[in-house]
Amino acid sequence: MNELALAFDVGLAATAVALAWFSVVARSTFAAIVAFVAYGLLLSLVWMRLSAPDVALTEAAIGSGLTGVLLLSVGAQLRPGEAALDLERPGAILRSVAALACCAVAALLALWVWGGVTGPAPTLAPQALAELERTGVENPITAVLMAYRATDTMLEKIVLLLATIGVWSLTPDLKWGGRSGPRQTVDPDGVLVFLARALPPVGVVIGVYILWVSSEKPGGAFQGGTILAAMWLLVMLAGLMDAPGTRRRRVTLALLAGPIVFVAVGFAGCFIADAFLAYPVDYAKALILLIEFPMLLSIAVMLGLLVLGTPQRSAPR
Amino acid sequence: MSLALDAFTIVSVLAGMFFFLAGTVGLLRFPDALTRLHALTKADNLGLGLIVLGLLPRVRTVRDGFALIGIWLLVMLGSSTVSQLVARAVQRETAQR
Repeated sequence: MNELALAFDVGLAATAVALAWFSVVARSTFAAIVAFVAYGLLLSLVWMRLSAPDVALTEAAIGSGLTGVLLLSVGAQLRPGEAALDLERPGAILRSVAALACCAVAALLALWVWGGVTGPAPTLAPQALAELERTGVENPITAVLMAYRATDTMLEKIVLLLATIGVWSLTPDLKWGGRSGPRQTVDPDGVLVFLARALPPVGVVIGVYILWVSSEKPGGAFQGGTILAAMWLLVMLAGLMDAPGTRRRRVTLALLAGPIVFVAVGFAGCFIADAFLAYPVDYAKALILLIEFPMLLSIAVMLGLLVLGTPQRSAPR
Repeated sequence: MSLALDAFTIVSVLAGMFFFLAGTVGLLRFPDALTRLHALTKADNLGLGLIVLGLLPRVRTVRDGFALIGIWLLVMLGSSTVSQLVARAVQRETAQR
């Protein structure tokens, strides 16, 4: 049985490396992106084999799914200029130097990781498990993200907000506050419309469930938020709903709800507990959920707006 | 009883794998987009369906069983919609030529 598992792992790793290689060397942008998405899905299988279902979920949702969609839309925008880009390809020497530098970095990292290690790898898992009870959640990953290292998670969400603002800042003056992307027309007999009507009720339940269950089992606001964003984008793609104008108050509120609640709970920690982002033991789980639900909404809206891109139609007067 | 269930799982999962293999061979060997789609959807619908069927006797709780069936239904919904969309894009492209 062990040999069988080993054979599977070796096959999985080899396929992942082959796909990574293909997505680097592929000449067509589209083929490279498709390979990248498949690579992400394989990578999430790898994380499952390493018994890290939380990472696997994130990789499948963000690393493969959302990044794939982002890359596809960028690829579509680049297509007209792709021939010109090909001409600007750096020379053979520059490319081989870049490849060599990458290999050197990877080799150094591998040496550093494997070279000095004797015995079991250093781990903080016992400490994380020992204090688990005081966080009120049962999933140690959620405890790390929302309690032990909540500052990192908070800053990560603010980075995402800055990324959204960064995308918007590329808007031409006249289009500022307008709607993103072209207006999709509804094909009443289209299958996409059917999917956009049938899937979102299921998807929204699954997205919220993935957040709700994260206190006990693998899941979280990021994974759930990605699913919600996907449902929102599906409805807009099918033309059932138009993209929102970026200056709408509701959009601003949805974007800010998560970070503001997070920061507010953080500062409240100075008074009701003993430090920034510390939770009193009795209310730890309730506070974590209070942070996570607005976060879910904000993440979904941020990710959706990132995929929609810069406003392209003038703002409604 | 457990022997019969094991045999059921093995036969069913093997049959599912056969459809995945056949679907992959079809994807690689069939001449145009529409026939390739046909091969792919067989793998998604029948292949995954048979594997799910084979795994059903092995679930620990009824809930897990429903989850497996739910996953199969969602994959079918997704793959059939996508294949419709691809097929329509192919049709539009051939009409333009």
